[in-house]
Amino acid sequence: MNPLDLAGRVAFVTGGSRGIGWACAELLAGHGCNIAINGRTETGLAERAADLAQRFGVETLALAGDVARAAEVEPWYQAIFRKWRRLDVLVNNAGVLEPGLVGMISADLVDRVIDTNAKGAIYNLQAAARLMTRAGRGSIINMTSIIGVEGDAGNTVYAASKAAVIGMTYAAAKELAPKGVRVNAVAPGYIETDLVAGIGADAHERRLGQIGMGRIGAPVDVARAVLFLASDLSTYVTGQVLGVDGGMRI
Amino acid sequence: MMPNERKLRDAFIAALGVAPDAAVETFTYRGIKEWDSVAHMQLIAGIEAAFDIMLDTADVLGMSSYAIARTIVVRHGVDIEA
Repeated sequence: MNPLDLAGRVAFVTGGSRGIGWACAELLAGHGCNIAINGRTETGLAERAADLAQRFGVETLALAGDVARAAEVEPWYQAIFRKWRRLDVLVNNAGVLEPGLVGMISADLVDRVIDTNAKGAIYNLQAAARLMTRAGRGSIINMTSIIGVEGDAGNTVYAASKAAVIGMTYAAAKELAPKGVRVNAVAPGYIETDLVAGIGADAHERRLGQIGMGRIGAPVDVARAVLFLASDLSTYVTGQVLGVDGGMRI
Repeated sequence: MMPNERKLRDAFIAALGVAPDAAVETFTYRGIKEWDSVAHMQLIAGIEAAFDIMLDTADVLGMSSYAIARTIVVRHGVDIEA
């Protein structure tokens, strides 16, 4: 049996309509997994889901809304339960990156970044775990960042939010392991997405200089690590933070 | 006793590990030593499996007695009289 065959399984990717989330949705669907994708707005989301269904022959679901709002999150899982009666994989990916130097960090910035990256991840982890524990199996993959591991000047709030994701990964992995649910995190480095699109030529060169492999990563580089953690190749892996950064050191 | 009422009662008995003839109708969360937070999550899982429903977090946090559990499953479409 091919451990990468995900036919019949169900994955939910938050922030799944673009960037790393979209790459994950494509790769999981390409391995036969039925996919629910979330985006903040409905614009283009149904088309994205239909595209996955058409290209890969899987069932899909489009779930629009803000991960930072608990009241919006729970109905997504009710919808997944109604459609499939199961959830095998959560890619807890939705996030925002807003830089801010110490001394220039507004309370609103803290709220926006922590609400989406930390609180939103907890809401989704909890709801997904409910569906997974009843089946006695599942894989939760939390998207953190190298900045959450190492820190980065100018990104104190983002670093705090992504460090929170690592903490919740360790704690939930311990709590959910006896129930058959694995919880891991992926920590991307410098990846070519909308989040870094406006970084500027000098900053881009400086970032490349921090990467051992000397190149920016592609979203699919991260998606391949997510596929590993979603699949039966990683059935004995939990409570880990997997760096996908080409040897980057900040 | 109607089958769905029996299912709910059985879910309580199994999750809390009490005797089959226990007066579950009088139980409250943390009112007996068997109904702690760990047993509570087992109870939630048992009720969800018994009725093939998914409860909300508000239901999980608010299910503090057998009577409230009965109200919650009815709200999720279970005909407790059936």
